[in-house]
Amino acid sequence: MFELLGVPPQALFGQVLLGLINGSFYAILSLGLAVIFGLLNIINFTHGAQYMMGAFVAWMCLNYLGINYWVALLLAPLVVGATGIAIERLLLKRIAHVDHLYGLLLTFGLALIIQGLFRNEFGSSGLPYQIPAELRGGVNLGFMFLPWYRGWVVVASLVVCLATWFLIEKTRLGAYLRAATENPTLTQAFGINVPLLVTLTYGFGVALAGFAGVLAAPIYSVNPNMGADLIIVVFAVVVIGGMGSILGAIVTGFSLGLVEGLTKVFYPEASATVIFIIMVLVLLVRPAGLFGRAA
Amino acid sequence: MKLKTFLTTTAFAALMAAPALAQQISIKAGVLNDRSGLYADLSGEGSVIAARMAVEDFKAAEKGIKVEIVSADHQNKPDVGSTIARTWYDQDGVDLILDVPTSSVALAVNQITREKNKIHINSGAASSDLTGKACSPNTVHWTYDTYALAQGTGGAMVKAGGDSWYFLTADYAFGHALERDTAAIVTKNGGKVVGAVRTPFPGTDFSSFLLQAQASKAKVIGLANAGGDTINSIKQAGEFGIVAGGQKLAGLLVFLTDVHSLGLATAQGLVLTESFYWDTNDQTRAWADRFAKANGGKKPTMVQAGVYSGMLHYLKAVEAAKSKDSAAVMAKMKEMPTDDPLFGKGSVRVDGRKMHDMYLFEVKKPAESKGPWDYYKQVSVLPAAQAFRPLAESECPLVKK
Amino acid sequence: MADIAATEAPAAALPGEADKGTLRLHRAIMIGIAIALVIAPFVAYPVFVMKVLCFALFALAFNLLLGYGGLLSFGHAAYFGMASYVCAFTAKNWGLTPELAILLGTAVSGGLGLVFGALAIRRQGIYFAMITLALAQMVYFFSLQTPRFTGGEDGIQAVPRGHLFGLINLADDRTLYWLVAAIFMAGLLAIYRIIHSPFGQVCKAIRDNEPRAISLGYRANQYKLAVFVLSASLAGLAGSTKAIVFQLASLTDVHWSMSGEVVLMTLVGGLGTVFGPIAGAIVIVSMQNYLAGLGAWVTVVQGVIFVICVMTFREGLVGVISKWIRKPL
Repeated sequence: MFELLGVPPQALFGQVLLGLINGSFYAILSLGLAVIFGLLNIINFTHGAQYMMGAFVAWMCLNYLGINYWVALLLAPLVVGATGIAIERLLLKRIAHVDHLYGLLLTFGLALIIQGLFRNEFGSSGLPYQIPAELRGGVNLGFMFLPWYRGWVVVASLVVCLATWFLIEKTRLGAYLRAATENPTLTQAFGINVPLLVTLTYGFGVALAGFAGVLAAPIYSVNPNMGADLIIVVFAVVVIGGMGSILGAIVTGFSLGLVEGLTKVFYPEASATVIFIIMVLVLLVRPAGLFGRAA
Repeated sequence: MKLKTFLTTTAFAALMAAPALAQQISIKAGVLNDRSGLYADLSGEGSVIAARMAVEDFKAAEKGIKVEIVSADHQNKPDVGSTIARTWYDQDGVDLILDVPTSSVALAVNQITREKNKIHINSGAASSDLTGKACSPNTVHWTYDTYALAQGTGGAMVKAGGDSWYFLTADYAFGHALERDTAAIVTKNGGKVVGAVRTPFPGTDFSSFLLQAQASKAKVIGLANAGGDTINSIKQAGEFGIVAGGQKLAGLLVFLTDVHSLGLATAQGLVLTESFYWDTNDQTRAWADRFAKANGGKKPTMVQAGVYSGMLHYLKAVEAAKSKDSAAVMAKMKEMPTDDPLFGKGSVRVDGRKMHDMYLFEVKKPAESKGPWDYYKQVSVLPAAQAFRPLAESECPLVKK
Repeated sequence: MADIAATEAPAAALPGEADKGTLRLHRAIMIGIAIALVIAPFVAYPVFVMKVLCFALFALAFNLLLGYGGLLSFGHAAYFGMASYVCAFTAKNWGLTPELAILLGTAVSGGLGLVFGALAIRRQGIYFAMITLALAQMVYFFSLQTPRFTGGEDGIQAVPRGHLFGLINLADDRTLYWLVAAIFMAGLLAIYRIIHSPFGQVCKAIRDNEPRAISLGYRANQYKLAVFVLSASLAGLAGSTKAIVFQLASLTDVHWSMSGEVVLMTLVGGLGTVFGPIAGAIVIVSMQNYLAGLGAWVTVVQGVIFVICVMTFREGLVGVISKWIRKPL
């Protein structure tokens, strides 16, 4: 019992916890994608670039303006969200009437532009961002050393995920949003400003990506390419969960992080592919995704 | 020795003086490297600046040698790099290609250079295959290679008491090669390897692998990775208190720019091997100052210094051969000893390996650093003969046994 | 429903209503392309022309799936790259002659397309795009982690060009060019034939209105899978040929940015037009060639082209011409 496939349980707990931490990023990012998809019906390929922007805004805040991590945690999502609103108003709105795949292509192009511009400005080798003083060090849990900051990442992302869920499922604004998802025309007829709702939703989804970026800045290197590869994994997460439900996106994100963490112990070579393999299996059994409604 | 070289060069210069004006040699050198990706900071435009400085310092124009320098971005993609190399050789009359970081691109350029019978002086790539299995009479590998890195970091760490190793190996051929070479050196010097974990490449989260390394209780954690992977693993090792817990991190491929990007607070204590550091002596400092002025204040990396040094030696060889014929110039390059302010004296071996000393550095603590770019303190010097793979063990067909 | 091509490009004429003019025009264009192929190596650098041809064939294959199957694949690099690996590996290690290596590469891609296609067509539209992307990413990791087969990040280098049919030495660029040109022309004609065959008509019908096609008794999924496999095989043909031309197969060929590039080529040239992808490939490959010195700006420029095309130029180059002369191209 105490030696599971040659891995001592202490190490196992440690890895489970680390898996949850990675899962936090998957959860916030796939949540953002799901929120945007719900109302705009597009897959936001720029999401990875916006996650990267969040990290860079935090870095710029600190190095150009002397604004610390905690303020940046609020400010960066607002800035990234604002750029998202601009993108929606200037570009996405104008192609809302054509096939939604064009939205995918447009956001793909935008991702290339944003990443290219940051690479030109900041180079590719990444920039340092220190863990805020309040969260340095860690606690020895007996089975592992848990840096405070990692613990904070899990807590912060859980709070944000649940708050988002509450906002969408339990509030009046959320009800409008869900109504607009079901039937935009009818919702508009009831006097609700659907285009504004769409703009704000995109801004909000993007702000979530920015938030994840700030969370990531102190642990991963602040680097123009940080979002590019991550986003493909998040796409697979979204396919596995199905984009039907907010809670589904959150649960899938966390649990896939966990699965990935365990893979790193038992068969590290497969840890890059395990999510894709799960995606294939899910597609075979439940094409609509674990939480998705059948089309 | 030095006097003799001096005499011969002046003699050549004197001989050349008269006909030089009559028959001018014009050379086109291509600096092919990463100008946008991961290695743009350590090679990139800086290497072009270095090549230009070599032409200036050589006073090529006065010696009747006209040098034109072109540059391009290979985006770390072998097919992009080989297309550019082919076009340069076939269409644009380029005579030699310099730099070429990223082993995969370097191997491709190496192959094409041989086919087209031109010259390739590599500074940026790590693969020791360039002077091993894939060696070519047309290639000189200038600055460093995986073998030397392993010798430097692996050998010196074991001697300093770091006799048990755990590897974090990026799961691709380059990572495997670094791990293999270093593990061999570690065992040869009496150390032992207690384990290794293959990390997906490119990776962002190394925490679970670092925990495994921590649990192994090895004295040294060898980072057999590069670029972003190295940066992330060092950063996260700091977070999990690995260095504070008494284990040492050994970076098997770390450049000055990586340390710059990590910041001293995170990188302190890291041990690494390089062949050039700007703050070594007055000559290197003077050169680095000139370089930094042209390069937006950024100090040179060993790769950029290698481009300078390689270009300089090439020009000397052209002058000596009085022609830019590839075979003649290569013969001269291998025949004449190398000497420049950055790498000191050295030579180019028959397999194309440039021989010079390597240095083991430790990254300073923030308190020890006097300012930006003051990052390394020298731990030891590894003489050229020990640093590079001996000819007796060479897999290169050019080496007669 | 993925009606991306149908909404924008003028529908290709059905055989019954295809007027003689259109057919004659297409024949003239084909002859024009053939003549251009003959002249090209004498006016331009042959290696460059071969690169354009490989990518043009790749884009044509991609467009077969998107323009006529209505399926946007974001993972076509997998078939292109896998074929290029198989071709390079067999030519180098098994000593296969180039034509056999190319055929084997193409066949393996077709097989891969069959497996991936069967999985991916279970979902539609955006999901389809994401699934193909994720599957291609798996191929990428596979290639990265099996250095024995793929050479890892070094790729398979120094692939011998060999002797065609064991007889004709392909080492010379000009000689090789004729082979590449022939492969390209054959690929183009095959795609043209597929589009205008009864099979192609059914595919278009499914693209435009799947429920209707099903109600008429067509097994939509089988048609979709078939067009997927055809597209993957032709992408493989392009990838194999590229491996022989550059004597190299590398991770670039399987990376997702390659999938993005082929989408861009098709978009610039004109989705759902027969000749558009060729124009797109010429534009994008030349652009990459001339802008290579700009470094990261190349990515930015590509992104800007993407955005401009999606916002204001959805018909693409050839689509605009086609609208202008009011004939499908």
